Amino acid sequence: MAVCVAVIAKENYPLYIRSTPTENELKFHYMVHTSLDVVDEKVSAMGKALVDQRELYLGLLYPTEDYKVYGYVTNSKVKFVMVVDSSNTALRDNEIRSMFRKLHNSYTDVMCNPFYNPGDRIQSSRPSTPW
Amino acid sequence: MADAVLFEFLHTEMVAELWAQGPDPGPGVSAGPRRVGGGSEGRDEKGRKMNLSVLEGMGFRVGQALGERLPQETLAFREELDVLRFLCRDLWVAVFQKQMDGQRTHHQGTYVLQDSSFPLLVPMASGLQYLEEAPKFLAFTCGLLRGTLSTLGIESSVTASTAALPTCKFQVVIQQP
Repeated sequence: MAVCVAVIAKENYPLYIRSTPTENELKFHYMVHTSLDVVDEKVSAMGKALVDQRELYLGLLYPTEDYKVYGYVTNSKVKFVMVVDSSNTALRDNEIRSMFRKLHNSYTDVMCNPFYNPGDRIQSSRPSTPW
Repeated sequence: MADAVLFEFLHTEMVAELWAQGPDPGPGVSAGPRRVGGGSEGRDEKGRKMNLSVLEGMGFRVGQALGERLPQETLAFREELDVLRFLCRDLWVAVFQKQMDGQRTHHQGTYVLQDSSFPLLVPMASGLQYLEEAPKFLAFTCGLLRGTLSTLGIESSVTASTAALPTCKFQVVIQQP
């Protein structure tokens, strides 16, 4: 179960950020902010490495003592960052990937919504996310 | 199999509706072959200029959404040429059910995409008839290209021109930062 989820626009400002324990939210905001540097590093490293295929899923960005941070970048340079609890060792890579895929699908649906202006903050109708 | 036709009908209606809102043209207004998308100068065509950019704006928003949805499963694009190739193949196939015929690079940052039988112009005529009406039918598609490029991180300006229906060329000029 993810503890914090964030959608960051390509200009590096957050479009949507939500964390489950609603106290101490600022700590997660700060973690997401620092993870952006790691994301940029990974993206530029992939560009220089001349690999044939560039993956969208970035994998584990950095671990802290309590949490692990995962990243994913779309073709439109929108970044998804997910913070999960380290104590939850049952979470496998595949599950993280499928969580990101669902997030990507939801984000695409938001973009296709004609009432949404790209660049605005994303309003979620449900107060708590199902993951 | 009726899917392609639905968009053509919708597009025809959009053009007709937005064009009809313009003020009545004066007797001296003539419409020679114009370039679309930048600013078509005209004497009292203020209404028309507004309508063309409205169409282009609609295409832009649709292009932004398509630029998010279509490359969803594909891997990251590495360079501009990949993005252009994506436009000519995947975007054109998704919207018009066929691929674009030609793509040429003139010099750095300018690409010319050519379609020898553009589906929105095919039902109109074949040859030089209705050449002056063609730009309004190309405005939406210019916006579509510009919107998709913008989502994929490339700021550009797109203009379209026809020499003879139904061939048309889209010129994409990439803004250098």
